[in-house]
Amino acid sequence: MAIDKSMNILIVDDYKTMLRIIRNLLKQIEFNNVEEASDGSDALIKLRAGNFGLVISDWNMAPMTGLQLLQEVRADTRLKATPFIMITAESKTENVVAAKQAGVSNYIVKPFNAETLRDKIEKVLGHG
Amino acid sequence: MADVTDQAARPPAEPLSHRLASIRAARPDVGADTIEEIVRAVLTTMTGDLTAKETSLLTEVEELGRTIANAKSEIAALNVDEITGSHIPFATDELDAIVAHTASATNAILESCEMLDTAAELVTDAAAAKLQDATTRIYEACSFQDITGQRITKVVTTLKSIESKVAQIVATFGGRNPDLPLVMSAPQMAEDELLNGPQLPAHAMDQSDIDKLLASFD
Repeated sequence: MAIDKSMNILIVDDYKTMLRIIRNLLKQIEFNNVEEASDGSDALIKLRAGNFGLVISDWNMAPMTGLQLLQEVRADTRLKATPFIMITAESKTENVVAAKQAGVSNYIVKPFNAETLRDKIEKVLGHG
Repeated sequence: MADVTDQAARPPAEPLSHRLASIRAARPDVGADTIEEIVRAVLTTMTGDLTAKETSLLTEVEELGRTIANAKSEIAALNVDEITGSHIPFATDELDAIVAHTASATNAILESCEMLDTAAELVTDAAAAKLQDATTRIYEACSFQDITGQRITKVVTTLKSIESKVAQIVATFGGRNPDLPLVMSAPQMAEDELLNGPQLPAHAMDQSDIDKLLASFD
């Protein structure tokens, strides 16, 4: 079964430039239904109001971090199964362990390339 | 001459500067002015004939007084107010300007790339593929702006920490400037310890290290 490229994807980052880069890279791999959020709390509001097949989030944001967003998503009955990819510059072992323990689906370290993004999306959507 | 014998058997005295540092570490609440006051009080009580021990003590106390006075004059000569009031704010403003300029330049590059992506729809498939490959590389490279921004934020935080520590030293030794902030040593929250930003390449895990670590959970 092919990946449903019409699915809604929520990208979360407090750097507008980064949102623009990820949106363009997603567009190049034919994901065109992309919404943006500027931090964890903004993302949570959009997730609860919408229907998203994937969340791609930065970690280091305020007031709600990407890790806190992940914990909220996994604690929410309706959202808990949503695939969640963390894209972050935080590359220490304890960060990866904390994210995994919170239920992250995959973890991409910045700077990343388009191939890594495509590969991780395919993996979390069950086609890797 | 028992005092002289006692003195000869004693281990060599620790340098006064070390002793002063130890006292300051153990009792940070005791300011230099207080120590100086005590030294003066001790000196004024030492009159009449002195034993060898008292003479040695007097010498050390005098040296302690000189060490404190030297430290105070050296700190005064540093023009600390200039460092905290001018140099550090100037440096942080310059770094903020670097972030703003690179963000602006990156957005201009991205805008041009988006135009190329649109133009790719008007050319042959082979040309479109080449254009897309080029724009993908540009998008990837533009993520430098996020990384450099985070690195510069770390440098600014370090500069502000230095500013606070300098202010604290001045407050202890040279009279505190009331406009300068003191270092706050509030305990950090657990997640704060995970927010370190980008690591230097020599200390960072790359994507393959992270993939292996994640796989170890399966």
